[in-house]
Amino acid sequence: MYDILIIGGGPAGLTAAIYARRAGKKCLVLEATACGGQILNTDKITNYPAMASISGPELAQNMQQQVLDLGAEIEYDKATMITAIDGGFSVKGEDGEYAAKSIIIAAGTSPRKLGLPREDEFIGKGVSYCVTCDGAFYKGKTVSIYGGGFSAAYGALYLADIADKVYLVHHHDELRATGSVIDAINANSKIEMVLGSDIAELEGSEKLTGIALADGRSLEVDALFVSIGRVPHCDFCIDLKLDDEGYIVADESCETSIPGIFVAGDIRTKNLRQIVTATADGAAAAEAAIRFLN
Amino acid sequence: MNITSEEFDKEVLSCDKPVVVDFNATWCPPCQALHPMLEELADESDEYKVVFVDIDEDPILATEYHVSSIPCLVFFKNGEEYERRVGLIPKKRVKKILEA
Repeated sequence: MYDILIIGGGPAGLTAAIYARRAGKKCLVLEATACGGQILNTDKITNYPAMASISGPELAQNMQQQVLDLGAEIEYDKATMITAIDGGFSVKGEDGEYAAKSIIIAAGTSPRKLGLPREDEFIGKGVSYCVTCDGAFYKGKTVSIYGGGFSAAYGALYLADIADKVYLVHHHDELRATGSVIDAINANSKIEMVLGSDIAELEGSEKLTGIALADGRSLEVDALFVSIGRVPHCDFCIDLKLDDEGYIVADESCETSIPGIFVAGDIRTKNLRQIVTATADGAAAAEAAIRFLN
Repeated sequence: MNITSEEFDKEVLSCDKPVVVDFNATWCPPCQALHPMLEELADESDEYKVVFVDIDEDPILATEYHVSSIPCLVFFKNGEEYERRVGLIPKKRVKKILEA
């Protein structure tokens, strides 16, 4: 049985592992894909202290190596269920089952989907949630981006450098993003705003060829980038207190409504979701778990 | 190993073992995260093959196989595609598909 099992190998989870190991606790990090989490989609990080500029994968690699050097274990499996057992908890994964005296949930968030029929079918065939990952495929093409916040607005500008034509689609009559980014969009002749309607249907056979809007309009596009925020990964079938959006409720102590289960990083209720706030949570959650164990 | 379109027939389609082709690019951060895991996988067994295609150096192959999102893993057996995964997936799962 592990002392501390950490769900998620992003900056929060890896930092928790560093603190757990330095306190001599037996520790397992359960990571669903690759260590690093959301920073793996980031080309350049320029707001992490002491690193003027570093790529996301490199920062992740450095953290992972530090965790391994300190003697923590990393297992690649997706946690699906937490249950209380005698003396602690059992975490069921897709491939295995793991037992620990305490749990730190640092599972992060994933991009919010539109929830339209055929959306999953078109992923990798025109539908994307990452402008910087997939934008380059659409050189000289016509693309659309859906969303009204800053990430959608900056995404439209990023795409306009690559594609011939960019439709910025949003269901409200104006964007939530404001200020200079809007001026830049208005000044860019490649970007056309399509406001006031939801997307009703994704069109195409083998790959996406267009989107139909709820008000009857239809756009011929080679790609649709979905940029409508992120959702927490909190589907562990255990009765944790969540807020209205599904984030795990905890203050800076990182203690959840269940003794022995702690939360760290983007999945916790908080105002600012950054790498530094995630690593800070990792330390606080590990410290709280260590206190719980002792 | 890194391969180009000229080698694709010999290294992938004519290979008598299962092959996973990783379509990637140097500017794609998740690809950089996946790369070392696939290299480890390649070292673990001779029962399958792992090859890398840089889509910027070889846009023809990416177009031919309708790759429009990376990282994209395409699995081949006896010259036929039998599975495809877009985005980061854990090493264990890649191995499972290769050994299926």
